[in-house]
Amino acid sequence: MKRLLKIFPLLIVVLLMITTGLKANEPAAAEVASHPAEEAGTLNVKELILEHLGDTYEWHITTIGESHISIPLPVILISKTSGFHVFMSSAFHHGHESHNGFYIAHEGDFKGKIVEKDATGQEIRPLDFSLTKNAASLLISAILLIVIILLIARSYKRNPLEAKKGFVGMMEMFILSVYDGIIKPGVGKDYKKFAPYLLTVFFFIFTNNLLGLIPLFPGGANVTGNIAITFVLAVCTFLIVNITGTKEYFKEIFWPDVPMWLKVPIPIMPAIEVIGVFTKPFALMIRLFANILAGHSIVLGLVCLIFVTVSLGIPTNASMTVVSVIFTIFIDFVELLVAYIQAYVFTMLSAVFIGLSHVEAHHHSEVRS
Amino acid sequence: MSLLTPELGLLFWMLVAFGAVVFVLVKFGFPIILSGVEKRKNYIDESLLIAKQAREELARVKADSQALIDQTRREQSEILAEAAKSRDMIIGGAKEKATEEAAKIMEAAREQIALEKEDAIRQIRREVATLSVEISEKVLREKLDRKNSQMDMIDRLLDEINIPKS
Repeated sequence: MKRLLKIFPLLIVVLLMITTGLKANEPAAAEVASHPAEEAGTLNVKELILEHLGDTYEWHITTIGESHISIPLPVILISKTSGFHVFMSSAFHHGHESHNGFYIAHEGDFKGKIVEKDATGQEIRPLDFSLTKNAASLLISAILLIVIILLIARSYKRNPLEAKKGFVGMMEMFILSVYDGIIKPGVGKDYKKFAPYLLTVFFFIFTNNLLGLIPLFPGGANVTGNIAITFVLAVCTFLIVNITGTKEYFKEIFWPDVPMWLKVPIPIMPAIEVIGVFTKPFALMIRLFANILAGHSIVLGLVCLIFVTVSLGIPTNASMTVVSVIFTIFIDFVELLVAYIQAYVFTMLSAVFIGLSHVEAHHHSEVRS
Repeated sequence: MSLLTPELGLLFWMLVAFGAVVFVLVKFGFPIILSGVEKRKNYIDESLLIAKQAREELARVKADSQALIDQTRREQSEILAEAAKSRDMIIGGAKEKATEEAAKIMEAAREQIALEKEDAIRQIRREVATLSVEISEKVLREKLDRKNSQMDMIDRLLDEINIPKS
């Protein structure tokens, strides 16, 4: 068995070499995530990576030769000129055709987005509520998460005193590690009130991160590496922190305990504190977004190494393939870790921010004395 | 740059999806799990406490029963000793009484025997006296056929009676 495990990665490497050798003449046909070759023969790596990191209207699976295999997703548009439209993205024929006057822009400010032309012939964007790849992935992971957690909850409802086994037992350990390790020490006194929300955030981010690592259909979308997603998450944390914040918390912002000249006549410290209120969730948003984005970029870049080096001849290509596969496997493991760490960090910082907004007056005076 | 500008459509779907997830899980998911875990934890703590108490109770009961057994043993030996003592006493008393009784009976028997003996002796004496009188009568009748011999006889008898008296 051990020997088999040793042989297995080697086998993959050899297989990859053979396939890349065979496809040396059509480099655009990448198995993992390819873009229809715009200029035959060369692969635009930047385009490919950016396309993956962004969002698309169809769920691209693979391209064999010249035919694209992808899952069409619903497009929902509200146009200022022609009103409400719902149709499948397959109507665009992979972006080559227009439908009802809508088409996918190939260049310009709205590159990759659905646009229409107004009366003057200018490209404008309709209100776009399309269920894009990211949105679809988001819904799938949301449903998955709800089903999993509700199944576990049902097991507790039925028999709370039984020691859980198997998957439920594992998830219990996981949930409790987050609960005891992040939420309790982070939030402090009121942790029970915020625990369900923080646990939800943790598992939401973690599920989406993991799904993003799976290269095939239900996963592969760069969901948590999209700024709209992290924006909503950060705004939720911001709202909870500032709505549930105590009087003492706001007093520390607008009238902090510093020498008078720092507050009057120019409110230096209050200004810094107010900026701090916004930078905290902003940091949350950017951190999660950038980490996941970077992870996806690195994996894609490493995979593209195989196709970029095709033009350098078979020996170089073969050796770079080996390097690429080894590096990709390594980075995938790192990404697995990052998936957990980023969920952990987001939850922990949210917990700490909530904890900080629940400071109490006597605590403050204790610190001073 | 499009990577850094949040897309309106995706924002909308994110709000829908995340809102649904938060609503469902905060309402029906995690609180139930956490309270279940809490319940179980309390149950285990309680059970441990109860077990500890039961153990202590058991130890106490054991000690109690041991003490009881010890006391009972002590009492038993006391009772046995007492019983032995009273038995000895009873036996001793009975022996004494029996000896006394036996002595009494012996005394009575002895007295009876003495009485009987005296009676018998008296009877024998009487018999002997009667016999001797008869014999002497016979002898006398034979001897007193003659006059002088009769007189001799009387004299001699008188002498005999007088001699021991003097």
